[in-house]
Amino acid sequence: MMTVVETQRSGGLFGFLDRSRTIAKPGFSRWMVPPAALCIHLCIGQAYAFSVFNLPMTKLIGITQSAPGDWKLTELGWIFSIAIFFLGASAAVFGRWVEEGGPRRAMFAAGLCWGAGFLISAAGVYAHHLWIIYLGYGVLGGCGLGLGYISPVSTLIKWFPDRPGMATGMAIMGFGGGAFIASPLSVWLMQKFATPSHVGVAETFICLGVIYLVFMWVGAAIVRVPAPTWKPEGYTPPVQASKLITTSDVFVYDALKTPQFWFIWAVLCLNVTAGIGVLGQASAMSQEMFPGKVTAVAAAGFVGLLSLFNMLGRFFWASTSDYIGRKNTYFCFFVIGTVLYALVPSTGSIGSVALFVLCFVVIMSMYGGGFATVPAYLKDMFGTRYVGAIHGLLITAWSVAGILGPVLVNYIREYQIDHGVPKAQAYNTTMYVMAGLLVIGFFCNLFIKAVNKRYHMTPDAETALAAAATAGRDVAASLTRKPANA
Amino acid sequence: MTNVNQNGTPAWHLVLAWGFVGIPLAWGVAQTIANAMKLFQ
Repeated sequence: MMTVVETQRSGGLFGFLDRSRTIAKPGFSRWMVPPAALCIHLCIGQAYAFSVFNLPMTKLIGITQSAPGDWKLTELGWIFSIAIFFLGASAAVFGRWVEEGGPRRAMFAAGLCWGAGFLISAAGVYAHHLWIIYLGYGVLGGCGLGLGYISPVSTLIKWFPDRPGMATGMAIMGFGGGAFIASPLSVWLMQKFATPSHVGVAETFICLGVIYLVFMWVGAAIVRVPAPTWKPEGYTPPVQASKLITTSDVFVYDALKTPQFWFIWAVLCLNVTAGIGVLGQASAMSQEMFPGKVTAVAAAGFVGLLSLFNMLGRFFWASTSDYIGRKNTYFCFFVIGTVLYALVPSTGSIGSVALFVLCFVVIMSMYGGGFATVPAYLKDMFGTRYVGAIHGLLITAWSVAGILGPVLVNYIREYQIDHGVPKAQAYNTTMYVMAGLLVIGFFCNLFIKAVNKRYHMTPDAETALAAAATAGRDVAASLTRKPANA
Repeated sequence: MTNVNQNGTPAWHLVLAWGFVGIPLAWGVAQTIANAMKLFQ
């Protein structure tokens, strides 16, 4: 009887997911890889649109309005928070597994987790047990988010060594764009499935789960890794490392020992903290800062506009970083961001909605740009070999910022209002605090220098790691064979 | 004859792959822009 390992080696069901089966044949176009990455990121980007389910899920019993026994908004808010926590945790824990197992296996697993997360959540809605949704969308879906987010990153960098920022920017732009599809699609599906005795959330979850599973597995089927000797036509790799771009690799856990990793962690965390808090409060903030001028409908339009610039900024800034360098790109974020945040209170005091909107669309473009430029920054610092795994560890900065940003914005606003500050001016201090965070980020970025050569992997270490990996597989194979032979 | 790009992948593979992700994304962006326009009304 064949063992799993033998089946894998013989090219059976699991063999299709193996890294060796994803190596591109000569003549494969690298432009097939960004759509594969987008298949993943457009699906997991749904996370940004999860709030469309919040209100309907508070009326599962009462249907037209909340009834006793219906879930509260505060309880439902935990679903997204758990998912974001597990995004960071799974990206950090499974980063090396993703990197060494190849993108197809990771994308397949991400699709399975993400799709299954929705299906389990549908069961939770049917049974009206919130913990099942925490487990489904929060834990399992969160793991799908983490695996999916990092799975195509290093593959894209390897296919586009000449334009790594643009390549990763394209994929991460998909994460920003996923909500654009998920939000109207979810609303439409809920309307289709709603009956006088039913809000249609469970059926919508089932549909989304199946759609996302198929979509993500299509991405897994399309994706390829380049052959080790492959390089783009006409591209000559730099022989010598430039000041801030290494040609050597740093082992994933050695990267954690470098100050560069922690400075980039702080840079990402501060940039995201400043943006994420505002994004969550944008609707309320625009209405409170411009009472009578910005209606609820206009505020919804403002949020849509911010999301659009969040998405476009991912592609624009990451592509720009290929020309001006990653460090300079983050300098742009921190300098322009600080000025714009400091300007926002003035836009409120002069009553200029146009200037207010202009400030925030630029800020949001840089918030998205921060996410999209960071994989290429890591590649420049630590090389391409473990960039996916290192990126996975860095994603924990996002999890921290996801808590820090909204807490800062909400609590400062509450404090201001409690101390008699008019609502129109309650955000002024918040804006100055955000500007202050970006100043700290500026200095963290300033301190980033090239990684010390003692952290670079030597050819011996690389050979030893490859041998250890092979030996590990052989040991696993022999252990798996033993019962069959016994 | 199959139309093949300079690297050898059939062009229709590229069109299909980009269409698969591009069409839903374009639909979503159009919906968002339509909503965002309410800010200026």
